[in-house]
Amino acid sequence: MLVTSVNRDLRGDVIRDVKGDVDRAIERAARESFGRLVAYLAWQWRDIAAAQDALADALVKALEVWPREGVPSSPDAWLLTVAKRQLLQMARHDKVRFDPAVTALLAQDEAQEHSFTIPDARLKLLFVCAHPAIDEKVRIPLMLQTVLGLEVADMAHALLLSPTALAQRLVRAKQKIRSTGLRFEEPEARELPERLHQVLESIYGAFGLSMDAMDGAEARVLDLKDEALFLCSIVCQLLPDSAEAKGLLALMTFSNARRAAQVDAQGRPNPCFVPLAQQDPHLWDKPAIVQADQWLWQAAQSHVPGPFQLEAAVQSAHCQRLFTGQTPWQGIAALYQQINNFYPTQGAGVAGAVALAEAGDIAAGLKQLDAMEQEVVKSFQPWWVARAYLLSKQGNKALSAANAAYQTAIGLSTQQKIRDYLEGIRIALEPTIQCK
Amino acid sequence: MQFMLIFKETNSDLAQRTDPKTAPAYWGAWSAYVGAIKQSGVTVSGNGLQEPHTATHVQMRGGKRVIHDGPYADTKEHLGGYFIIEVPGLDDALTWAARSPNATTGTTEVRPVLPPMAAE
Repeated sequence: MLVTSVNRDLRGDVIRDVKGDVDRAIERAARESFGRLVAYLAWQWRDIAAAQDALADALVKALEVWPREGVPSSPDAWLLTVAKRQLLQMARHDKVRFDPAVTALLAQDEAQEHSFTIPDARLKLLFVCAHPAIDEKVRIPLMLQTVLGLEVADMAHALLLSPTALAQRLVRAKQKIRSTGLRFEEPEARELPERLHQVLESIYGAFGLSMDAMDGAEARVLDLKDEALFLCSIVCQLLPDSAEAKGLLALMTFSNARRAAQVDAQGRPNPCFVPLAQQDPHLWDKPAIVQADQWLWQAAQSHVPGPFQLEAAVQSAHCQRLFTGQTPWQGIAALYQQINNFYPTQGAGVAGAVALAEAGDIAAGLKQLDAMEQEVVKSFQPWWVARAYLLSKQGNKALSAANAAYQTAIGLSTQQKIRDYLEGIRIALEPTIQCK
Repeated sequence: MQFMLIFKETNSDLAQRTDPKTAPAYWGAWSAYVGAIKQSGVTVSGNGLQEPHTATHVQMRGGKRVIHDGPYADTKEHLGGYFIIEVPGLDDALTWAARSPNATTGTTEVRPVLPPMAAE
């Protein structure tokens, strides 16, 4: 992350003897304030790239000055002032540079250095990052980079993108924001639900990648799960009335609460994949589930349903097994029906089909799978797993077809753990086929 | 866009091919992958290759042929096979590369294919 690399670069020369307090103050300033400061500067200057550069320079400066002169009483204000001066010097904004209003603003900030509270512009920045004019694929890395200060190389690993390609996309996106003058504002009330959904969608995308990595026991450079939860909690703080933001926070918290069932006592990923149905619910994080249920309940009080609340309700239903010992498949199937009627996605289509089958109607589940667009599902691994499972539930007549579907699912898997798990099921089918 | 997926396997991966204990799992994983990528319709062509010890290296030096048998010594990963695929962009090619069984222990290299040379 940002501060570690700054530390690494400068540790030898500058702060060899001054560890401890100063180091921690810088670390803290960077961790806690980076997003807020970048957001504020980007909002004021309408230039994300310049704001990030200026803040990075300010952090380097802090490493030089703080060990000598002590940590200022308001590190944020100090960093902000240095970053602003840097922005002026970089002369990227010739127009602004000579604008007396800006110079006056700067002088004013310096005068107020100790009492100044920085307005939180992170939400505005999130809305800009997830703007419809920005390519969908770059939205989440843009948010992670600007609001949380993650580095390109780490993000590229987690997102399975080439670092060069990702860096180029980020640069292009920031140029686009600057050159088209996308507004750094919270959307108007009528646009808000749609725009907020795009923000939340990106956050959930990052979380999903992290959960995939967890299932596969792959040691990723960066665990996006915590970053996604953190971003979502920022949105909840900044928009306390949003039912969907709370819904997403509940949804991710439920999924995360079951993580313990995928790791061993030392916290290392379990070498074998443990599917939800076979997890011991007593390994789940009960307080987190209770907390998520509260968030979901609070969200439901506003009577504005949405996809994340419905998905969270499905997760809540799965977690009921901890309290009742049973999974309410009928209820889950009904929830998925709602999701697929109003907010269809590939994932919900597949999960809904499995829920129908688990609730007793295998034929309906298979019918729903077959109705999905073939071109899309061809390389969608969960579809093949679901199809194989449902076919195998049909009994002897469909076992060869189930076997073939498991083969394809294995070929589409990226994780050895998942391949082994599916291969285990597939092999168990084989003797039955040969006996026929 | 066309990309070449170049599957590089470690010596211990390659050894699995012929060890009776590991061969079924090794070939099972590859046949699942090949089946999945073919049914998706992205493949243009592709082949698996026999083990590196079957290789012969040819060089022309000073007008003479120099022939070497077997793999280059000290190479940690060997070419085990390749696919040419037609996909919308690098991201899709990387997704297919990540699914290849050798990616877990070895490396899958992804290279864009040069457009055909302009005819004179």
